[in-house]
Amino acid sequence: MIKVCNLHKKFGDNHVLRGIDYEIQKGEKIVVIGPSGSGKSTFLRCLNLLETPTEGEIYFDGEQINDKKCDINKVRQHMGMVFQHFNLFNNKTILDNITLSPIHNKLMTKDEAEKNARDLLERVGLSDKADAYPSQLSGGQKQRAAIVRSLAMNPEVILFDEPTSALDPEMVGEVLDVMKRLAKKGMTMVVVTHEMGFAREVADKVLFMDEGIIQEEAEPEEFFNNPKNPRLQDFLSKVL
Amino acid sequence: MLEKKFEAFWDVFINYGGIDTVLEGLKNTLLIACIGLLIGIVIGTLLATIRVLPKSNIIVKILDKIAIFYVSIFRGTPMVVQLLIFYYVLMPLAGLHLKSVPVAIIVFGLNSGAYISEIMRAGILSVDPGQMEGGRAVGLSYGTTMTKIIIPQAVKNILPTMGNEFITLIKETSIVSFIGATDLYVAFQNIGNNNYEYMVPYLFMALIYIVLVVIISLIIKFMERSLRKSDKSL
Repeated sequence: MIKVCNLHKKFGDNHVLRGIDYEIQKGEKIVVIGPSGSGKSTFLRCLNLLETPTEGEIYFDGEQINDKKCDINKVRQHMGMVFQHFNLFNNKTILDNITLSPIHNKLMTKDEAEKNARDLLERVGLSDKADAYPSQLSGGQKQRAAIVRSLAMNPEVILFDEPTSALDPEMVGEVLDVMKRLAKKGMTMVVVTHEMGFAREVADKVLFMDEGIIQEEAEPEEFFNNPKNPRLQDFLSKVL
Repeated sequence: MLEKKFEAFWDVFINYGGIDTVLEGLKNTLLIACIGLLIGIVIGTLLATIRVLPKSNIIVKILDKIAIFYVSIFRGTPMVVQLLIFYYVLMPLAGLHLKSVPVAIIVFGLNSGAYISEIMRAGILSVDPGQMEGGRAVGLSYGTTMTKIIIPQAVKNILPTMGNEFITLIKETSIVSFIGATDLYVAFQNIGNNNYEYMVPYLFMALIYIVLVVIISLIIKFMERSLRKSDKSL
């Protein structure tokens, strides 16, 4: 579904991604871990072109998306993204946050979009927050609403960029629960996180990134119990 | 003494058409400031958007340079000079024949556009970059995200500063007499000219300016409060 070939990203002299090749299949749950500065967030942000690759190709459903001819706004309508800091629209109610893009891009009528949004909100336990503004919600509620916002587009894949890192500890669980339920339903997910428990439980593949490349890729069992790369062994000994 | 002066003023004000002159002046002052502000908001928003656009291609870079040039011209010269240049230099050269009030409106609009663009730019930059990313990530274009998400939040942030700009415009209208337009200042000067008594007319003039500014401040406060509804916390 997503294919990455020889992906490089430089910020000025800072060579963040140094050649990544990877392919994500439909329905797969990929968890990316690694020390900070390893390029894992940049990698994720390149997948929907929030960062423009310096070199290399990214394909989504066979179409090269970092090509000038590609309409990235169309592509992003099929690729949800959930951010560390939620990035809900502060000037819109939760309902408007969710329905803005489906209505504006004429994917749904206003009534359809609102009904869909309310259904989704109910599923994550936020039906009473539809008319609230983001500033009136707790961190965990904001993140659940943000997940609903990306779900409302019926995406083929959702990218999660450290979705629980900005949350108070007691709110991490509620967000991870929503993500686990999504995973069970077969959603394709790419998750950058520090939640090792989540990786163990949900991931089909765990990637370890360091110094701008994928250092190790394995199924969670193998990844955590029998790490081969010395950097990964070192990393796991520090975080587990 | 003051009583006599007041009576003299009142006589002119009521019996010799003073009130009409003042209303005419007040109308022009408000016209110039209000329409000038509206033009300024349009120009300012346009310039600010150009300034914050990612400098990815040559057209944007050129537009950006033009915007910078525009702002430096209008901030770098006094508004009186702009008024005089427009009225006595550019208009004759272009063969235009406009009345002084429309000219004042245009110049005030062009001038405040420069200031408002800087205010607006600061306002846009003060909005969390995550808001733009959030918009782009759900498949909204740069332009849509800008107009629906970023600019509304920027406007809320800069409303107090915009209020100041409007107040400045109201007060600055007193320079339009340089091109022969009748504003509040000219109106009261005319009243004084009737009997060479300027004390009471000028006091009255100051009073009207203050009342105008207070009313504007109240309107802005009200607008701020109604826009703040999305900031309510738990």
